[in-house]
Amino acid sequence: MSNLQAPRGGGKEESGLRYPTNGKTIYHRPLNRAKAAELSGASFAYLFSEMVSYASKKIESIQDLEKRSMDPSFTHKTPYLTRFIASARLNVQGHPIGLKLLDLLLYREPARTQTRPLTIITLLHFIKINVWQHLFGQVADGLEKSSDPSKPDEYMIIDNEPLVNRYISVPRDMSQLNCAAYVAGIIEGVCDGSAFPARVTAHSVGKQEEGEMWPGRTVFLVKFAPEVMERESFLGKG
Amino acid sequence: MWSVAGGRERVAMSENRGILALIVINKAGGLIYNRTFGDGLNQLNTNDYLVLAGTFHGVHAITTRLSPLKQQQAASITADGIPSRPDPPSGLEVLESENFRLQCFNTLTGTKFLLFTDNLQANVDVAMRKVYDLYADYVTKNPFYQLEMPIRCDTFDRKLNSYIREINNAR
Repeated sequence: MSNLQAPRGGGKEESGLRYPTNGKTIYHRPLNRAKAAELSGASFAYLFSEMVSYASKKIESIQDLEKRSMDPSFTHKTPYLTRFIASARLNVQGHPIGLKLLDLLLYREPARTQTRPLTIITLLHFIKINVWQHLFGQVADGLEKSSDPSKPDEYMIIDNEPLVNRYISVPRDMSQLNCAAYVAGIIEGVCDGSAFPARVTAHSVGKQEEGEMWPGRTVFLVKFAPEVMERESFLGKG
Repeated sequence: MWSVAGGRERVAMSENRGILALIVINKAGGLIYNRTFGDGLNQLNTNDYLVLAGTFHGVHAITTRLSPLKQQQAASITADGIPSRPDPPSGLEVLESENFRLQCFNTLTGTKFLLFTDNLQANVDVAMRKVYDLYADYVTKNPFYQLEMPIRCDTFDRKLNSYIREINNAR
């Protein structure tokens, strides 16, 4: 991490939390000093359970719970106002995590590859591999482009068994809800943070039949904003 | 005709072995879960199950008071210096009959798990512990489950079924 060692004060050697002598700042280490740097799954499950309960309170419809805004146009995405109004929603709870995670994970990359993703594909690979590995300890199970030619702006990240949904059974009358909307919010945060505004939604595609291998299979549908597609097409030509 | 019917019955008997049924009773004596494992088992109707749960709850409460031995009231001090309270009387734990065995596990919060097995089933304690684990994971960590209410959790059903099938097939 040679780029981190250069002290700013002229000639004066600084050593401290910000610029330690070995070049590893506090941002390079997980806060958790345990060997595998893992957290308790049970604690997370209880915490997330309460987050879902909190998000479910005083909500008229399931659509509200999952999505920050029903408005498909991105022009109305006034970031803070909308988010504060609808703060009790899962997607919103995940969004700031995605924004910060993008910074943190890029910062931890070796100096040579410390660049922000510049194309849709590199961005989605970054999410599928780095973000997933950091959050869930494994890479996502799939990454696909929508096969529908009329929707070139849609990509799918697939997780066979989302960690957040491990202990959750959604009742039948709320079957449209997928609590991995929280993870969708994180993805959306990463996309927004790297200047690829997108709307990300979580959909359950697992079949509920007996003997089904992945009943909790979830698709995260990433729909990029029109301007992203426009820029992407220019990049492709150049 | 007689022998055919008898033979069929015996086949049915030998197919159903191991763990036969599970009932969960909440701390107020209400039935919150009941399931049978295997085909051709006797089924009670819903009302009977509710009565059964309530009755068992009462009988269990009575059995906690039946011990003729005096309870040790003095708090004992363990090796690390923390005083420990003696365990409360456990009440009914096992009920055996000619055809089946009923194991009862009473959690600290008063939820009762009743596991019906055949007489030869070994390691019921292990199975009970696993069922309790599944309950703790897939029921209490589910944000849509309200405590003391009937358990309707698909993942719990799925995991329970696959675990019981595993045990019953292993024999």
